[in-house]
Amino acid sequence: MGRTWAIVEREMRRFRRSPVLIAMSMMMPIVQLVVLGYAFGGNVKHLKLAIVDQDHGVPAVRVREMTSAVASGAHTIDTVSYADPGQALTDLRNGHVNGVLTIPPDFSRRVLARNDPRLALIEDNTDNFVSVALAGTLGNMLASYSPSVKLEARVVAEPRLDVVEVYPYVPYVQYLLPGSVVMSIFMMVMIGGGIIFIDDKARGLHEGYLVTPISKLELIAGFNISGTIKAVISGMFLMVIGSFIAGIPNPLDPMRFFRLFVVVVVTAFALISLMFLLMVRVTDPLLPRAMFGVLNTVLYFPSGAVYPQQGFPGWMQVIAVADPFTYAVHAFKSLLLKNTGFGAIGYDLLFLTVFSAIAMTLATRLFKRTL
Amino acid sequence: MPAIDVRNIVKKFGDFTAVNGVSFTVEEGEIFGLLGPNGAGKSTLIRMLTTLLPPTAGTALVSGFDVKDEPDGVRRSIGVIPQALTSDLELSVEENLIIFAKLYGVPRAKRVKLIDELLAAVELTQWRSAPVKNLSGGMRRRVEIARGLVHEPRIFFLDEPTTGLDPVSRVAVWEMLRKIKSERDLTVLLTTHYMDEADKLCDRIAIVDHGELKALDSPLKLKTSIPGQNSLEVSFSAVPAGWIDELQKLPEVQAVSSQDDIFRISTRNGPATTLALMEEAARSGIGVQSLSVQSTTLDDVFVHYTGRGLRDELQAAAAADSPFMLRRN
Repeated sequence: MGRTWAIVEREMRRFRRSPVLIAMSMMMPIVQLVVLGYAFGGNVKHLKLAIVDQDHGVPAVRVREMTSAVASGAHTIDTVSYADPGQALTDLRNGHVNGVLTIPPDFSRRVLARNDPRLALIEDNTDNFVSVALAGTLGNMLASYSPSVKLEARVVAEPRLDVVEVYPYVPYVQYLLPGSVVMSIFMMVMIGGGIIFIDDKARGLHEGYLVTPISKLELIAGFNISGTIKAVISGMFLMVIGSFIAGIPNPLDPMRFFRLFVVVVVTAFALISLMFLLMVRVTDPLLPRAMFGVLNTVLYFPSGAVYPQQGFPGWMQVIAVADPFTYAVHAFKSLLLKNTGFGAIGYDLLFLTVFSAIAMTLATRLFKRTL
Repeated sequence: MPAIDVRNIVKKFGDFTAVNGVSFTVEEGEIFGLLGPNGAGKSTLIRMLTTLLPPTAGTALVSGFDVKDEPDGVRRSIGVIPQALTSDLELSVEENLIIFAKLYGVPRAKRVKLIDELLAAVELTQWRSAPVKNLSGGMRRRVEIARGLVHEPRIFFLDEPTTGLDPVSRVAVWEMLRKIKSERDLTVLLTTHYMDEADKLCDRIAIVDHGELKALDSPLKLKTSIPGQNSLEVSFSAVPAGWIDELQKLPEVQAVSSQDDIFRISTRNGPATTLALMEEAARSGIGVQSLSVQSTTLDDVFVHYTGRGLRDELQAAAAADSPFMLRRN
């Protein structure tokens, strides 16, 4: 065991003296969390809505007043009045406005007669986020105007669904945090583990080890323990800093912190085992660098870190089932967003542990004690 | 019992035979050199003896342990300096030694004492806290020498220990090795393609070429084993037909060869042959442009046993490594 710790000591001393490596491994997931979290997570605002009033009656004026109120209040829309519906449609196609709300000539008469009054929303649906935001905003606005007024493009159903949310509102940046923590662990595993391992091999440093009486198991254990320690440092750092950035409530609660630490350790060991299995026979220093981007994409995106897995095609769901990121992300989501106990993440921990055992066994079998 | 006993060892990589049935023994306390050009099989041989590569056939005992069946016994009794500089650049000199002492399981008290002694022996005591990346190539090599001795091995393997060093650093490494060897009762096996290194440092030399052992003896005996005790290198203003035959008729001459208008004459008596040569050239009306008389070198030995010069081999290898230079020429 003393020889294993000699390897760990060497790796940790080198790690401590590589501040650039540490910074780069930790910075990328933080930058991604902040940029992606706020780029995708914010409310859509200042959508340009053309209003073509062909009615000019009192109910129509009231509709226009309400759109102006939304424009000056929530700022979801900015209204532009058009007299010519043809010009409004041309501007919609040219991208000058995001939607055209047409108040038809018989709107006021139908409102007063309670005869199914309707407005028409013509929208640029090439941007799904924009069209959903526009229809949602106007649908809500008209629901408060009068239940009898219907928006033609997105009809509000008559039966209402009363929604009760179990947890406080989860902004997208919080939704993204579990994936970012796993990403930071993976970054350190790749940069501080895989790339350094192959570079050392190419430089001949491993020859120095192989001529000592260290056993195969001691050598592998040394590499894996040191890699796991580095990845845990990176994961815990991102977890704490990311929790403050994303506004997770009580991130330093001792019990939750302990559970998070356990998941970080188990995830780090699973990913270092995977990396070691992939790198055990590699000698070309360029290969881990080339694999880095592919692995990142294949493991990160199918994990449900950025989008629910239920929306994936079948083949991607198959990848997700075997992807250790999936279970790590689920466990971190449970702990960070729902503050659950070990009961909710038992299967995740079991999968990651079994995955580590299989990967490590295969890697040990493939590892060559000679050159 | 010899420190190293190699019998008919073979190493094949697919169809390529890197080492072909080499046998030799190294006695305790010897400095034994494997001399040959790049690609001769020296490093493959040393890697088999240090358990880094399994032999395809044959046996090798190092300190009485079989490299195939008892590799840990071999590893415990040897120190190895690989060809590449493999110390951790980010770690200090002392840290490099500490890590390797721990890898060899040297107890703490002994470790502290040994590291102090070794740093003094390689004259790096004042640099013990310096990161290895701040040291020169020669100093890094000295760190590696100390690192290889940190567990007090009985046999020390060095794979081209001075390759890439400047002449001053090379001489410093030789002196250090001699000193350490005499103080620690070490057996040393080193590979080199430097003839002066093999000549000055080694008790015995094995000439290796194309994976085979061509000759094995002390430098002096190797030099006296080949025809001629002196060699003359001479160039002429003009060379008539049959001139090489005339040179062979000169007194005491044993062999004559020519390359690029330079004639190389092996002779048992340099002064007598030189005198006769000058007289013959004057009689034939041929001007002598340059003439040098040398004692037999290991290069002559190498030429004798392999049919070509080690210098030529090294130059060819260097040219092959520099395609840009070749294209320019």
